[in-house]
Amino acid sequence: MLAVSMPYWFETLIKTVVVLGVIPTMALMLGYVFLMKMMSHMQSRLGPMDAGPHGVLQLVADGVKFLQKEDLTPANADKWVFAAAPLLVLISTFLLYVVVPAGPRLVVQDLDVGIFFALAVSSISVIGVLMAGWASANKYSLLGALRAAGQLIAYELPLVLAVIGVVIQAGTMSLQGIVRAQQHGAIFGFGNLGEPFILTQVVGFFLFLIASQAELTQTPFDMPVAESELVAGYMTEYSGFRFLFFFMGEFGTAAALSAIAATLYLGGWYIPGVHGLAADVLGPVVLITKMMLVAFLIFWVRFTYPRFREDQLQAFAWKYLIPLALANIMVTGILKVAF
Amino acid sequence: MPLALSAVLAASAAGTSSDSSAFLRQYLTVAIFAAAAVVMVGAMLGLGRLLRPSRPQEQKSIAYESGVDPVGQGWSQSQVRYYVFALLFVMFDVEAVFIFPWATRLEAMGTYGLVEMAIFIGILVLGLVYAWRKGVLRWV
Repeated sequence: MLAVSMPYWFETLIKTVVVLGVIPTMALMLGYVFLMKMMSHMQSRLGPMDAGPHGVLQLVADGVKFLQKEDLTPANADKWVFAAAPLLVLISTFLLYVVVPAGPRLVVQDLDVGIFFALAVSSISVIGVLMAGWASANKYSLLGALRAAGQLIAYELPLVLAVIGVVIQAGTMSLQGIVRAQQHGAIFGFGNLGEPFILTQVVGFFLFLIASQAELTQTPFDMPVAESELVAGYMTEYSGFRFLFFFMGEFGTAAALSAIAATLYLGGWYIPGVHGLAADVLGPVVLITKMMLVAFLIFWVRFTYPRFREDQLQAFAWKYLIPLALANIMVTGILKVAF
Repeated sequence: MPLALSAVLAASAAGTSSDSSAFLRQYLTVAIFAAAAVVMVGAMLGLGRLLRPSRPQEQKSIAYESGVDPVGQGWSQSQVRYYVFALLFVMFDVEAVFIFPWATRLEAMGTYGLVEMAIFIGILVLGLVYAWRKGVLRWV
């Protein structure tokens, strides 16, 4: 294979450059398709129409605009922490893309602890958020950051515990291994179509979606950035490109978490009947299609529901989601051993 | 673990000398990606520096407080209401770390592993129920 004969450094360089292009593209795509167009159409309006055909280039134009904005740091801010915070959020997003496979050979690194690694790095971003809120020396920012930390504490657990059901079924934490595990078996005895884990892990899938909604601070869980209460939460004091980094982190992570959900529950890059080189070519298309489906669910909920109260948020996680996730683990374990 | 073994074998076929260096190399990629994020942020901010204006004024660097002059310092004392939740979180998160290896090996361990984990989760659920009954899970 071509990929195998290349020296490590060259291969890694190509992968890095590709992912450097993929992350902003994904963030722009989700931002345009869902945040701008889907929300507009759900609210009976057109949304941006002028930049490019149907407003496609609106976010690019926004990016160029942000590039020309003055870079302000509040006088009282902790300068170094203030500057490092968006960086930490972006590092967390970048590391998520290391393990997501887009084809049999199209993966940056198929770590043995793949999904565990992804869950671990996804929670680094909250440290960046806390740093941003603290360093801004702004009351809105501080409150937003503390809310974000409280939210992570509550929803990290359902996210992690929901995934365990899949790990039990697949018998591996490697994301490639999980995709491979979904290729065998038949749907209720029908043909050799593979068996996406959503059929057996419906509960896990919805737990994962709800928890990622909270991790991404999308609307029913958007208290950390609640505009009507906290201006822009921990982002209040950020301007220009530093603000854009938070945006890119949010939507890049939304794409990554949707792709991970698609990999865990919908079979990832695999569609029945496509193997070998064809799977490498079609894989990214299939994965992005499935990712958009999952992201659609996340943003649909975002545009539909009003914000939770902070006490409802904690009660929902601890009294419903976590017991449900634990029950899901035990039921999956029993079924795995029994069959 | 046949999967891990085949992954290591595939990696060593790619020209690495030993299994452990293939393993470490995987995480070198992770480090490179973190570095790539730093480089990208640096490059974009550097590009921005060429394009953006810089007209510092004292008023611009005042903390934003809805348009009025900020009262006191931004670093005010605030009540962290969820520290009890944070303690519970630590407990459950460590538990999750223990469950993951079990989950990968459940097929081999069979009923024995299942009973073992039922006891483990049972104790944790008892802890959660205790906290619940004590009113800890109420937002104060």
